[in-house]
Amino acid sequence: MGIKDKVAIIGMGCTKFGERWDASYEDLIVEAFTEAIDDAGIEKKDIEMAWLGTCFDEVFSGKSALPLSTVLKLPFIPATRVENFCATGSEALRGACYAVAAGACDIALALGVEKLKDVGYGGLPEFGAGMGSKNRVIFPNITAPGAFAMMAVKYFDKYGIDPEKGKEILAKISVKSHHNGAINPKAHLRREITVEDALKSPIIAWPLGLYDCCGVSDGAAAAVIVRADIAREFREDPVYIKSMQIATTPGEELLYRWDGAHVETTVKAVQRAYKEAGIENPRKELGILEVHDCFSITELVTYEDLGVSPRGRAREDVEAGFFNLDGELPCQPDGGLKCFGHPIGASGLRMAYEVYKQLQGKAGNRQIRDPRLGLTHNLGGFPAMSVVSICIFGMERG
Amino acid sequence: MLPSEVIPRRPLCQRSPEPPWVPLDELSLGVGLVTDADALQRDRPPISIGMMPTKTKTDHATGSGLGPQRLFNSFSKIIDYLVGIASYGLHIPRYRIDRVTLYEAFASWINPPAFLPGERPVANYDEDSVTMGVEAARDCIRDVEDEIGAVYFATTTPPYAERLNAGIIATALDLGENIKTADFTDSTKAGMTALISAYETVKAGGAKNVLVVASDCRLGKAGSLQETLYGDAAAAVLVGEDRIASFEEFYTLSEDFVDNWRTARDVFTRSWEDRWIREEGYTRFIYSSIMGLMKKQKLTSNDVAKVVFPALFVRDHPKIGKALGFDGGRVQPHLLESLGNTGTAYPLILLIAALEDSSVGDRIVASSYGNGSDTVSLRVVGKIEDRKLEKALKRKKELRSYEKYLAWKGMTSVEKGIRGEEEAPTAISLTWRERREILGLVGSRCRRCGLPQYPRQRICVNCGGVDMEPYRFADKKGKLFSYTEDMLAFSINRPAIYGIVEFEGGGRFWFDITDCEAGELKVGASVRMSFRRKYSDEKRGVYGYFWKAVPDE
Repeated sequence: MGIKDKVAIIGMGCTKFGERWDASYEDLIVEAFTEAIDDAGIEKKDIEMAWLGTCFDEVFSGKSALPLSTVLKLPFIPATRVENFCATGSEALRGACYAVAAGACDIALALGVEKLKDVGYGGLPEFGAGMGSKNRVIFPNITAPGAFAMMAVKYFDKYGIDPEKGKEILAKISVKSHHNGAINPKAHLRREITVEDALKSPIIAWPLGLYDCCGVSDGAAAAVIVRADIAREFREDPVYIKSMQIATTPGEELLYRWDGAHVETTVKAVQRAYKEAGIENPRKELGILEVHDCFSITELVTYEDLGVSPRGRAREDVEAGFFNLDGELPCQPDGGLKCFGHPIGASGLRMAYEVYKQLQGKAGNRQIRDPRLGLTHNLGGFPAMSVVSICIFGMERG
Repeated sequence: MLPSEVIPRRPLCQRSPEPPWVPLDELSLGVGLVTDADALQRDRPPISIGMMPTKTKTDHATGSGLGPQRLFNSFSKIIDYLVGIASYGLHIPRYRIDRVTLYEAFASWINPPAFLPGERPVANYDEDSVTMGVEAARDCIRDVEDEIGAVYFATTTPPYAERLNAGIIATALDLGENIKTADFTDSTKAGMTALISAYETVKAGGAKNVLVVASDCRLGKAGSLQETLYGDAAAAVLVGEDRIASFEEFYTLSEDFVDNWRTARDVFTRSWEDRWIREEGYTRFIYSSIMGLMKKQKLTSNDVAKVVFPALFVRDHPKIGKALGFDGGRVQPHLLESLGNTGTAYPLILLIAALEDSSVGDRIVASSYGNGSDTVSLRVVGKIEDRKLEKALKRKKELRSYEKYLAWKGMTSVEKGIRGEEEAPTAISLTWRERREILGLVGSRCRRCGLPQYPRQRICVNCGGVDMEPYRFADKKGKLFSYTEDMLAFSINRPAIYGIVEFEGGGRFWFDITDCEAGELKVGASVRMSFRRKYSDEKRGVYGYFWKAVPDE
């Protein structure tokens, strides 16, 4: 059972992320798609099925797969739109992988896109009734930074970390990501910051300041998936899917059983993923992490949830530079959500893009030395009610 | 000025074993039931009614000749007590604005005579007459297990002109649907009118208990005397068994006296000349109404322990008392310097002040003002232990910013940003379907494993059981599991503060936190739930009522 080594990625594309005032969602789709099929060395007519991931579609492109099929003029092939909050991009990838693994087709396209910067204000669009008409009435006046800030408050409280000290640990995470993003031409925010900059930045949702929050940007990313056994017919260095797991909350975290200082869906998804991929010691075996650093605190608890850092002690790894680009297990080598921003539908595929390039050794001046396995972690929703997708990628077909 | 320092605490609702007075129980009311009472008397031997010696009959001012009257509830059982006040409650908003702040902002240069010393309560941005009414009602019925058959809501500031405001309150209190509900409105005397109507309802057997809720938050224009004078507050009185005081008599005056008015479209109250109001309105109505009652009951001022009436004009207040034959000590202090004129709630709050200050056997005469005057007389029968008014007055935080006051009251245009301007529509049929869950904060409890859960679950989140029973969280205490102060979310009282609340007895959910400011919270803090206006969709005319957490003080 499982998807290990059944499918491979033979081509990927990723737009420049940023405040793309010049580009519509149509432009973003075409940009990512063109790079992906050029990279795969195929033509549009070779694609048999397609998945579109886009989240805030009510505002931008409508609630169906038509934006993908009409923009790309896909020739009457099956196309499906998927959405799972911030894990939407990974859902598109999953749809394409499952179709190929199931034998429904040989070549499938996954494309994630989000055009956020036509809203008129900072941050994600208002959730409004987008979280459900009843939730709109009974949920607090909640935003994404606020939902994750509550986890920071709880984390500090649980591990007896003074908030000032806690903010300093979080600042180091952002400093590291900014360092990586600064050297990545596709990143949105391309400048180094200091711990002091982060600590001085205005509070968005206590205790999280501006530099604890990822950017908000426009972008798209795409992948071409084929059967693993034919992957080498397309290129020498396909990237194989070692695991693809998703965990969705049953609702118990918020309603009663949760310490508030971790994300249970990450734990559940990654346990299954390691089993599927045959990983026993993730700290040693993994070579790249691309995690969902929507906020610095999310990255901190994710180190622990992934079983890479011991519970309550991720700060030690942060302090030691364990996750730096030149560290033992580089995390966010491309700059992460922190520097790419978070066009919801694209992020999961953008993470996969970085792992894909790193595994192929094509990551330029941020290339990690000889990684064997890379992991992406894409979190949708809030810590208290979330969906988490874990994908593990590798160069060797087992 | 509160009498708590000199009056010893008394246990709540403890009846005096030997009533030292002769109760005057009957009024010329409830005619519809006389036949039933007669029939009952024929069928059954008279039942002796506690604390009502038969000789009292001769003292009845308006006796109907039936002797001590049996009352009927809706199930036609005989009840052997007098109709009176069973319990009471209050809600005074947390925020107070110093009248100097108000004066300096506008009145000092545009209307210098409009200065009054003291402070006044200001409803928080998420409070209105309905939410304050719910809070007062909860305070009133917290320890009441008896069935409540009606809710009468009195206000001159109903949030809805067409949608029963009393119905929102009854649903928030989760009183069920087999209940009488009515709004009493348009006059500041409506609170007392509702009280008298509640008495009549119970007396007539229309309900065993009637919950009277009076609440107001009137607006005065910037710099006006009203802005200074008005206060936002709510009071609630449960009319039923006379555990605290029994009704004796009432007297009403109604006249189309147009001293203060608002059309259905007006936001601010208008007034005619105050000299005319003082002489022809305020002084005349209060005097005539109280005097009318005393005559009806054949009382002199010596028969009355305390006379209670609102103060529209500070200097006239003692004069009216004096004219009625009451020295200063027997005129209930008007609280204008700490509470302001709280509209329909005002006479009820003063009555509560008098009750908390009373001794068993005291007769209290309480009067209201507004297009006439309604006056009641009551006999105190139970000792009151609690000092609810004093506590409510003490729970306060100064609102230093007049600008914030203007923003909360919607009296100025505030930059909300595009995020703040976005307002998703409310699905009215959904909020109706889920009204117990939303307005009543009723979740579910698993009958198999016992775990309480909010919101209502069809399948238990713990054991997977499917047998769930309704479970109300509104009155459960809670602890703050976590929280944040959010500068991104739009709130007219930024930062938006919210957190996850763990309820005593189980259950956990996230809520907005109100009556609280940045820096005041910590993990583990004790909170209670409070009924609030969560959002106001002015474009579509929808007030989103829900519950928020309030830190204990």
